[in-house]
Amino acid sequence: MLLKKFGRLTTLSVVAVSVFGTQLAAWANVTLSGAGATFPQPLYERYVREMRKAHPDIKVNYQSIGSGGGIKQTIAGTVDFGASDAAMTDGEMAKVKGGVLLIPTAGGAVSVAYNLPGVKNLKLSNAALAGIFTGKITTWNDPAIAQTNKGAALPSSAIKPAVRADGSGTSFIFSNHMSAVSPAFKSAVGASKEPKWPSGFLKGKGNPGVAASLKQTPGSIGYVEYDFALKSGLSSASVQNGRGQYVAPSLKTANQALADVQFPANFRAFDINSAQGYPIVGLTWLLIPKTQKDPNKAKAIKTMVKWMLTSGQQFNDDLNYTSIPASVAARAIAAVESGVK
Amino acid sequence: MPTPITNNLARRNRHSKPDRADRLFRYLIYAASGVSVGILLLMGWTITGHALPAIKQFGWGFLAGRDWNVPDLKFGALPLIYGTLGSGLISLIFAVPVGLAVAIITSEDLLPKWLRSTVAFTIELLAAVPSVVFGLWGFYTLIPILLPIQQLLHAKFKHIPLFSTEPSGSGLLTAGILLAIMILPTVAAVSREVLLVVPTYLRTGSMALGSTRWETIFRVVLPKAFSGIVGGVMLALGRALGETMAVTMVIGNTENISPSIFAPAYSIPAILANTFAEAQEDIHVGALTYLVLILFAITLFVNIGAISLVKLVEGGEK
Repeated sequence: MLLKKFGRLTTLSVVAVSVFGTQLAAWANVTLSGAGATFPQPLYERYVREMRKAHPDIKVNYQSIGSGGGIKQTIAGTVDFGASDAAMTDGEMAKVKGGVLLIPTAGGAVSVAYNLPGVKNLKLSNAALAGIFTGKITTWNDPAIAQTNKGAALPSSAIKPAVRADGSGTSFIFSNHMSAVSPAFKSAVGASKEPKWPSGFLKGKGNPGVAASLKQTPGSIGYVEYDFALKSGLSSASVQNGRGQYVAPSLKTANQALADVQFPANFRAFDINSAQGYPIVGLTWLLIPKTQKDPNKAKAIKTMVKWMLTSGQQFNDDLNYTSIPASVAARAIAAVESGVK
Repeated sequence: MPTPITNNLARRNRHSKPDRADRLFRYLIYAASGVSVGILLLMGWTITGHALPAIKQFGWGFLAGRDWNVPDLKFGALPLIYGTLGSGLISLIFAVPVGLAVAIITSEDLLPKWLRSTVAFTIELLAAVPSVVFGLWGFYTLIPILLPIQQLLHAKFKHIPLFSTEPSGSGLLTAGILLAIMILPTVAAVSREVLLVVPTYLRTGSMALGSTRWETIFRVVLPKAFSGIVGGVMLALGRALGETMAVTMVIGNTENISPSIFAPAYSIPAILANTFAEAQEDIHVGALTYLVLILFAITLFVNIGAISLVKLVEGGEK
């Protein structure tokens, strides 16, 4: 097993070195420092480790200090690149000296997980989901839920919604999707990293906190990152996509949804209510200042982005992140090649 | 052998300038205290700078505002002040009696010495447990223990506002109890030290006048040790007010003011830990740093209150 893996890695690095070898020779060692989002942190950690094999001359330090911090440090110019899972606003982008590029690297699905003993394959319509998370639907046997789950033994007990206590990209992805499909949700709760939930919801810190609340509390329902829901063994509900089909979260259905997204010229895509696939998905971006002080760093950043959006994308699958569609990746690489100096 | 030593000292004094080392030492001390005060001032200055947008926009109204609404960028600190003080107060209600009892038991000769030192040592070991471990333990172990008790109290005494909310496990009471366990070693250890240094002649005198042991403890030893005990309790309260990780895991993290101790609440350190990293807008960061200033002020008032209390009691004794 180990040998096989080693063999594969060697092949990989041999291929990579032969491709980039010519450029490599001209370089001194470069250290890139980046900071920002916590959501892609496991993925970036893996990228950094794997990229060392292909490009031993580039060292990348990534600190997951939160998206807000990533944006601030990018504006302040204290890092070579930032990362955020809420794309920068126009106002924030204007503050970066020399301009900034937003480069999507990965996406993630958010599962609606629940703890309802005896009920499997729960299907929730947009109306039911919005009703639950605005506090309007309070019992499991509510007609709005029963309608789409004929034959399921829905109890008359109270629904206990569990949400994130901390400001998080996961909350943003979920509330952003809900706001897109339900005007009632949009006006009562709104799309935010810290949405204004009705009182009485269980609140946990981080994905582990919400997952623990869900496991401890029968009758609870909440949202957690897909990978986390999968590994915690929580049941996930199917939700309605743009076509009205009920889709369960999986890497495949999330990738289908992303393939459907129209990325604008600045790659800022927010309203992902795709017709196909699993609809509750979001993206995470690298924030790359166009003007780099050090030409070696500019080169290194181009190489890093190219590697992440080509060879790196295979690790997205391993870690249950969605991949960036190849056509979008090619556009992003071109934007960095011509834009960063 | 005392003679040579004296000679040595005398010789050294004669040969060096008598106060050079002295002066150097004094400067060192000044520098050390200057640095610690300087760091505090620097922190205060930076924090105030960041808080300025929020101070300008909300003013004193921030203290009374009950709404913490991030999407609309409207902020009020009252629920957080309430959660911070409430959980701290509950922790004292539990920790002070238990901590004092431990201190009395381990400082009197009621139990064999080996047992006393074992108890004292075990309690002090609690202080070495990292707060995140307390938090996890609180979430996975303490909540399942407390929840049935809370549910029973709620079922029987629903009409009393204190128990009026249906308990979900996390809440003000749970946070207070967890904090009480965390600050217990501080209360116990400091009180024990203070009780141990109460002069023996006071005890023997009291006993000689015919007091029982309990009369001696409650009328002579404890009053004598009062100021030291208050000091220890304040130190403990300081820790409780500033505790972050453990509280975050069990307080419920909901900006809420409720008469019920079962209701979820939110404390200032907890909201900082949860939301500071992802706070983006200047006014949001400002509101969070404004909270830091409020926490500073609360700690300051607690300390001033403690000093006044000690002065008042000591003044009354004379």
